[in-house]
Amino acid sequence: MNIIVCLKRVPHTASKIRLAAAPSGASSKSIDVQGIEFTLSPYDEIALAEAVRLKTAAGGQGSVVVLTVGGDETQPVLRTALAMGADSALQVRGNAPTGLELDGFQVASLIAGALRGRDFDLLLFGRLATDDQSAQVGTLAARLLGLPSVADVSRIEVQDGNARLHHLVNGRVEVVECKLPAAATAQKGLAEPPYPSVKQILAAKKKPIEVLTGELPEPTLETLALEPPPPRKPGRIVGQGVAAVPELVRLLREEAKVIG
Amino acid sequence: MSGTHVLTFVENDGGHARRPSLEALGEARRIAAASGGAVDAVVLGPGARALGASLTGVRKVFYEESALFVAFHLAEAAGAVLEAVKASGAGVVVMSATSLGRELAPAVAADLKTCVGADVTETAWTAEGLTILRPIYAGKAFLRARFRRLPAVITLRPSVFAPDDSGSGAPAEQALTPPREDARARVVETIEPQVVRQDLSEAETIVSGGRGLRGPENFGILESLAKTLHGVVGASRAVCDAGWRPHSDQVGQTGKTVSPRLYIACGISGAIQHLAGMSGSKNIVAINKDPNAPIFQVADYGIVGDLFEVVPALEAEIKKTTGR
Repeated sequence: MNIIVCLKRVPHTASKIRLAAAPSGASSKSIDVQGIEFTLSPYDEIALAEAVRLKTAAGGQGSVVVLTVGGDETQPVLRTALAMGADSALQVRGNAPTGLELDGFQVASLIAGALRGRDFDLLLFGRLATDDQSAQVGTLAARLLGLPSVADVSRIEVQDGNARLHHLVNGRVEVVECKLPAAATAQKGLAEPPYPSVKQILAAKKKPIEVLTGELPEPTLETLALEPPPPRKPGRIVGQGVAAVPELVRLLREEAKVIG
Repeated sequence: MSGTHVLTFVENDGGHARRPSLEALGEARRIAAASGGAVDAVVLGPGARALGASLTGVRKVFYEESALFVAFHLAEAAGAVLEAVKASGAGVVVMSATSLGRELAPAVAADLKTCVGADVTETAWTAEGLTILRPIYAGKAFLRARFRRLPAVITLRPSVFAPDDSGSGAPAEQALTPPREDARARVVETIEPQVVRQDLSEAETIVSGGRGLRGPENFGILESLAKTLHGVVGASRAVCDAGWRPHSDQVGQTGKTVSPRLYIACGISGAIQHLAGMSGSKNIVAINKDPNAPIFQVADYGIVGDLFEVVPALEAEIKKTTGR
């Protein structure tokens, strides 16, 4: 079983997001990374855990290779992934530094370019990255590589060159059978993220990270500005306990008009 | 870039258009009104032709009735949409950001050599083309961006845009006959949920529970309130991770980002990743015994108190005043 898992380095979900200062009159186009702890995107950890499980289930034969798109700032999360059980890592950079977040088509193109001609059975992603939340790179890259793909997968079984996947779509599960190689994106429940041991963390330092440079297409989506969320009215306490319920219902009916 | 046509994908639920698709059609019509183009629609699966004929304000419906589309076959659906893009000359492809739309859109975008503007909450057509606004970091910030070339592919967040059924029906129609390779992926079985319910990301009312519920056996009072309000139950990460509720119920940055008209948070303190996922709700009610819980900072209406008393009282009061 040769499995590739694509990963993204993202701010921890407990992070407060502030916008980077922009020159006066200009719009902020990035977040302020000061004080932000970066981690692997949580769904990517699930994909990696599933890859390690599948390789183990196949008698430990084959390999789990993790791949990320970005500069050297991505190396710590690649080391984390290596400690979680990946055998080696690929870091793919674009051939033109942009200083901006890449759009989904650019990232998918770099992934597809790096994997074309490589031999693998399964290409896994998290269902979305918790920063940009586009949920598109997995399906885009699979399509660029000509692979069948299934998003939001909660179960994977592999046998005799075929995969059987539980696909969550519009509130039900569709069981998909497809020939390998194939791509899938991991939903919660597929696997439990692993906690590496000290021994694994030390061993990860000796595992190889290969750095590739890929052809970066022109962006299709140009960032104009990052903006703070629309302000909410400050919260208000209607009252204490059961006694406040009639007033709450009156407000929901007459002010908010959400109860008919 | 005037005269740009808009193609919208309409999800077919047993011969009926799903509501999020009608919202997407409404916004497609508003984009087309600004771009000076026409709106076309794609409908797939049994009943597609009749469904298409019922749509209003649509120039032409592209349809394929194949039973293949009773389930979601991604490659085949993308092939059909791409054929419709070609036939209609569309410059903008609009879908709803349902779980199906969020998967179909990137498959279509790949062949159009573009990215998806995903989960969009605002669109604008200007002399420079299509700009979008979309939440990032589950709503901790928003990205305003412009498509540098067309065709553009966007998915629209459910419950944000208004449907538009004005105008007359009877669009022209055209059957799709996309080239079809040997299938490499097939849906062999469908497992319906034990309780058929709306997806959280499409729900208009959500009653959500956190650790304050003390155990999975206590969610009955939320289920009951949700039923009275014709809503669905959501949950915090803590209770999903503890196995009290399925992962599909989780609201937050690592779960679902939601935008209902009414969100009632019960026994949820309001961790930052939870607040991010639900702060797009139009009205937020919080019930929590801790007056310092962060959830009260975003709640439009808060009650400090014991949820085990307040929630049943709230349901009783709603029933009393609405006669439900």
